[in-house]
Amino acid sequence: MSDPVDKLSYDHHQHLPSDMTLRTKALESVLVEAGLVDPATIDAVIEAFETEIGPHIGAQVVAKAWSDPDFRARLLADGTAACAELGYTGEQTTHVVALENSAEVHNLVVCTLCSCYPWMLLGLPPTWYKAEPYRARSVKEPRAVLREFGIDLGEEVEVRVWDSTAEIRYLVVPERPAGTEGLDEAALAALVSRDSMIGTAFASSPNAAAGG
Amino acid sequence: MNSVHDMGGMDGFGPVVFEQNEPVFHEPWEARVFGIALSARGISGWTLDTSRHSREVMPPALYLSLSYYQRWLVGREAALLSADMVRLEELQAGQASRPPDGDKPPTPPDGDKSPTPPDKLLAGLAKGYNAERQVDAAPRFAVGDAVVTRNIHPAGHTRLPRYARDKAGRIHARRGAFVLPDSNAHGRGESPEHLYCVEIAARALWGEAAAARDKVYLDLWESYLRAA
Repeated sequence: MSDPVDKLSYDHHQHLPSDMTLRTKALESVLVEAGLVDPATIDAVIEAFETEIGPHIGAQVVAKAWSDPDFRARLLADGTAACAELGYTGEQTTHVVALENSAEVHNLVVCTLCSCYPWMLLGLPPTWYKAEPYRARSVKEPRAVLREFGIDLGEEVEVRVWDSTAEIRYLVVPERPAGTEGLDEAALAALVSRDSMIGTAFASSPNAAAGG
Repeated sequence: MNSVHDMGGMDGFGPVVFEQNEPVFHEPWEARVFGIALSARGISGWTLDTSRHSREVMPPALYLSLSYYQRWLVGREAALLSADMVRLEELQAGQASRPPDGDKPPTPPDGDKSPTPPDKLLAGLAKGYNAERQVDAAPRFAVGDAVVTRNIHPAGHTRLPRYARDKAGRIHARRGAFVLPDSNAHGRGESPEHLYCVEIAARALWGEAAAARDKVYLDLWESYLRAA
């Protein structure tokens, strides 16, 4: 087969409007008229990612790992299978590796080459994850990046940065906060933010969460 | 290829800018672009790897001038134009200038002429594209083996970032065998290879300025590695 990217050109960019709304409407209209896309399918994709797929899913996985030692062991041994037990698999999430943060080890996930991210566990990535500063700096100066997120780690903590160069997707399991012994999985999941599952935040303490 | 998409270790981009309570999409057009990219009927010969590479060949100045979803839009336009599935005049006019069955938009290999319906697309998302394959060859490396990443600078697609080339590391885990992006992105077949998670000391990458304990992990294909 010939190289599909070889003849690709970006010369068209200067011949189309800079207004992205107009430009997107034009592309959608042409594709719909040509029978290449069903607008109802576009609607369904958007609805799924705006309402159903998001970091609350990953938070359930983390809360279960905190509550159920057997599940935690399965998650750390085979993240794909453990997430699949709960029905969480799919696009950009076919292979999952879970990384546990502790007082000794802090894991941080990045994709320096594009923006690979576990869609079916965390939804679509935030802008900062896709933008140049995070992609460029996380591998070289993770501690400085973490300080910008409010995390100041001592030299005694080992920082492990995971660059998502293949189809393996990483889920950070943040350390379970103190004072959460009596909480059920739903209450625990509320303490697990998106950023804590990327490694740029700690899980919230119950008091902070109650205060908003 | 050595271009600006491969930005690990670059300086000068400034601090990380984050937003509290960020919406999934900031503008309606971003949502439409995302939806179009996932639901438009596939282009013959295009894969996840070609799509990634199509954004890497964007001229560097253009790449850096566009936001994430602008890259998706401009990249998708380029791909559809290149495959003659849309024409520049059509995008300028905002309407198709040829009937669906007339002066053909190319038919994909499965011969399916109807657009993907919502339920089929959602089922596909729930399943996910799986790049893992079976290979006959035994893995060349075992967990704990000392390896060195190759000093390669291919003109085409690769998932071995510049900052991690010609560096000594250690096999942290075996991941199975996966489609090789370097081959698949160029229509040269899937050529699956064993994939390994390689641990590299931060100081091996960045020198003494890095913390002594810190490490970087990358998932790398067998042909990216040699025994130390």
